[in-house]
Order: sequence, then C-alpha cells, then structure tokens
Amino acid sequence: MSQQRIILEAHNLELQRGGVQALSIAHLSVLNGEVLALVGPNGSGKSTLLLTLASLLTPTRGEILLQGHALNHRSSAITYRRSIAMVFQEPLLLHTSVFNNVAVGLKLRGVPARCIKQAVEEALCRFHIAALASRSARTLSGGEAQRVSLARAFVLKPQIVFLDEPFSSLDPPTREALIHDLEKVIAETKTTIVFATHNQEEALRLADRMAVMHHGTIIQLGTTEEVMNNPHNEFVASFVGMETVVHGIVHEADHGIMIISVAKHLIAAVGEAQPGEELLIGVRPENVTLSTTAHPADSSARNVFPATVTRIVPRGLFYKVSLDCGFPLAAYVTGRSLETLGIGEGSSVTASFKATAVHIIRKRA
Amino acid sequence: MDLLWHGIQKALVLLFTGDHEILHITLLSLQLSGLATLISVGIGMSAGVMIGLSDFPGKKIVVSMVNTGMGLPPVVVGLLVTILLWRSGPLGSLGLLYTPTAIVIAQAVIATPIVTGITIAAIQHLPKNLRLQILALGATRLQMVWLLVKEARLPLLAAVMAGFGGVISEVGASLMVGGNIKGYTRVLTTATVMETSKGNFDLAIALGIILLLLTFAINLILTMVQQHDRPR
Repeated sequence: MSQQRIILEAHNLELQRGGVQALSIAHLSVLNGEVLALVGPNGSGKSTLLLTLASLLTPTRGEILLQGHALNHRSSAITYRRSIAMVFQEPLLLHTSVFNNVAVGLKLRGVPARCIKQAVEEALCRFHIAALASRSARTLSGGEAQRVSLARAFVLKPQIVFLDEPFSSLDPPTREALIHDLEKVIAETKTTIVFATHNQEEALRLADRMAVMHHGTIIQLGTTEEVMNNPHNEFVASFVGMETVVHGIVHEADHGIMIISVAKHLIAAVGEAQPGEELLIGVRPENVTLSTTAHPADSSARNVFPATVTRIVPRGLFYKVSLDCGFPLAAYVTGRSLETLGIGEGSSVTASFKATAVHIIRKRA
Repeated sequence: MDLLWHGIQKALVLLFTGDHEILHITLLSLQLSGLATLISVGIGMSAGVMIGLSDFPGKKIVVSMVNTGMGLPPVVVGLLVTILLWRSGPLGSLGLLYTPTAIVIAQAVIATPIVTGITIAAIQHLPKNLRLQILALGATRLQMVWLLVKEARLPLLAAVMAGFGGVISEVGASLMVGGNIKGYTRVLTTATVMETSKGNFDLAIALGIILLLLTFAINLILTMVQQHDRPR
C-alpha cells in the first residue's frame, strides 16, 4: 500500500457552513487504485468531505491536489470535475432514456457520437443493464436506477469515483447484488474509489482503508484491519462494533500479558503497559462465549465471569445478549444457542472471552 | 334564450364565411399575445431560473413579490403603462400609446411575473442534489442550467400556457393602452366588450367563441407536447 502513488491529497481543509465548522481535515491522502471508505454516523461530515473533494463545495481554506496539481475552485473546477465522477445516494437520473443518462457526461465533454455509443454500451453491459438501454429512466426500480447512476459515473473513466452512500436506500438483496457487481467493476477497472457509508459491513467488504469521521474531522485513518482491531478511541471502538468499551487500570503486566482492573474485576489482555496506566478496553460481542455452567470445561479463555442477562435483542440472524458482570458486556448468540442454553432476561450465565479478544485503547492526549 | 341561440347561429355564419374584420382582429390578437408571451418567457424564465438557483439575502421577499405579481390586476398594469406612455409621461416621447406595441408592453408586464413565478417553483421543485450531480458530470454552468431547464420542461410548459392564457384573455390593459382602434389596436377581448356594450350580441358571441377556440387550440398543442413528455 505504501508503494502506491498518491492520487488525491487534501491539506488543512476547512469548511464553514452557516457559521459552523462543518469540516476540518488536517491531511488526507488517497492512493491510486485504492478504495477508501469514509465511515461515521449521520452528520459526521462524510458527505461534506466528498462534496468538497469533488469540488462541488468550496472550502473556506485549505488545498486539494489531484495528481499533484492544485485545484483552483474558480479557474480549474470544470477541468477537475471532468477528471472525477460522483454517485449520490439517490440516483438523480435525468428525464430521458437509460442510454442517454449514461451518455450525458460524455456529451457534456463533446465526445463524438460513435465513441459515446460504444462506451455507453460497454458500461451498460458492465452493470448488467444493457436490456434497459431504451427504457425511460423514470420507469426503473431503485436498484436499476442506481446501476444506471454507477454506469454513468464509470463510463467517464474517471481518475476517482466518489460514492455517497450509494446503497443505503436499497433493499438487502438488491444491495447485495449491486455491491457484488461493483466489487467486480472496481477489480476490473482498478478505479480509485472514495465512498461514504455508515454501514461498517460495506466498508469492510469494499474498502482497503477506512477513515472514521466525527464532527467533521477524521479521527482515525488506517487499513480496515487496523481500524477494526485497534480503534484509537471509544468513539471509533463503538462505531466499529465493539459493543463493550470500559475504563480500566493496568494492575500488572508481565511477558506480554496485562492484568487490567475493571470495576473491581481483573481482565487478562495481551499487550505491554505500565502498572497504573489508565486505558480503555474493548471486547467484540462475537468473541464472548456464554455458558450455563460455572466453569466451562472446553474453554481456554482466561477471562471467565459470572453474569446476569439484562437484555436480549434480536439482530437479524442472531441475538445480542447484554450482560452485567459487574461491568457491562455483550455477546452475540444464535437463536438455536439461545434455545439450547435456555436463558432469558434475568438468567445467570458464565461469560468468557480470551485475552487475545481484548482490544486495548490507549487514552490519547 | 332566443337571443343566445340567434347569436350563436349568426356567430357560426360569421366564422365560416371568413369575415374580414373578424379575421383581422383574430390574427392581431394572436400576434400581440404571442409576442407578449415570447417576451415574458424570455424575461420570466431567465429571471425564474436565476432566482430559483441562487441563494441570496432577501430571496423570500423577492419570491413573494413575484408571486404577488402573478395576480397583478390588468387594469392596474394598464394604468401604469398608460402613465408611462402618456404624452407628458417618462416614455411619452416614444409615441407608443394607443399602438399595438403598447398592448404588447402591457401584456408582457402581466405575463412576466406569471412565467417567473411558475419557473421559480419548477426549478425549486427539482431534486436538491440534481444540480450538484450535473456539475459532477462535468457540466459548465450554462450546460447545467440547460439540463435543469430540460428537466423542468413539463412545469415550464405550464408556465408558457399560463402566461399566454393570462394575456390572450385580458381586456383591461389592452383597452387602456391600445384604445380599441378599429383595424389597428382592436383585439378579440376589446372588440367583445365593445360589441356587447352596443348590443351586437351575435358578433360578441362570435368573438367570444373564437377567443375560446383559440385559447383551447394553443393549450391543446402545449398540453399534447407536455403529456407526450410526461413520465409513464
């Protein structure tokens, strides 16, 4: 990844909207050919950053460079925008045929008609919508319309495609099919993608790197693995699915194993620290095992705690079981396991997790 | 009832025999109202697109003023244009009062706010991000405006229809600034008023029928264009 060339850079990017600081990005580099996901809750500034990077919003200050060339929002915005493409959450198709919608960007660039025909047909095939070419865009389903929108962006062969939550208004099967096809197109075309999403599953599936945003700033940027496994703070941890994040103090540390005191309980974790150091620990619910016996026989987990079930909430194919171990903890179990264990709210169980499942979040200045 | 029936019969005779005066009045009405509509479409649509696409302090006040202008009473417009074109008025030296040009000016003043108001609504009704999407596709500002106007073409055709309907049917302003001069500034509406006041109901009915048919024909053509384009 480090050997990849930087295609897009932003320095000291700031944007004020209605007197409020909507964006404050000290530095952001997008590598050629990578898929960078901007993740964060609603209102965290993902879309604003995408619009600014796409030169559709003018920053209050800061600099954007594409292939090393600085973007001048007054004089070179059109040239810049003709090097990129953007897909919004809504397909925003024009009131014309599918073919003409896909062709519109090429027509705006003055591309000859025969070249347009060939390019559009290729793009339509790529997104499996060739049969819809002559259909009016207004008659399409949500999924078909978003495919047209993606084809309209990729037909331009842009240096970067910005995607602003393109799947969020689609039903799960349609979204799944579209993500699958987009993965293939990205792999084939090797296009650089920057996409905003509040869905960490989408980010994990498509992205090479992930930037977690909050209040208009990037609070952590790294490979998806780094961000998921080594969140920098409590916000990132909770956003990447660590349902349990608790404060602790290192009680002792020896040979890479730390014993951390959390609410008068001792939790073993892997890592180096000084005794007395304050930190946060996170445990993913999928790494917590539940048992109805006091000492689960077949477990090598170092952390075993008696717990009371406080809440059981269905989460699609599994259930989230909230526990009180003296500190809060959460576990995911399948419906079948829930039946086998015979537990309900108020039941006593034993919760266990390995020392390797404990993620250390160091408190930063 | 007899009066009406007799009037309709005579009107049909006048219509089908191609009465020279009626033909002249009809053509003049079409010319003047058509020209006034064209002017109002040029000014109103440009202003409407500009207002609809920009954000500026006082925009709500401007839009409210335009909306008020949509209901501008023709006699008020007639009075203002008369004062402007009066011999001792600011534009009196042009000698336009009681000429067809004066009627076009007054009718354009009536239709422009109608076209502007409907254009603003049409542009503002487009999806919020469509403008950004078009710019992101590499459009220049002019290309973006053109694509947006094409997108809003159905309500914009309604603006043309409303503008034309507003001027072809108005009588107050045309009478005040045109003077209803026979063979020069007499149009369908002013002639209808005059013939009615003289008790020539057959002629008045004939003129009324022509006015209705003319308005219907123009609107039918525009509606067919609009409905042909309507999303199905």
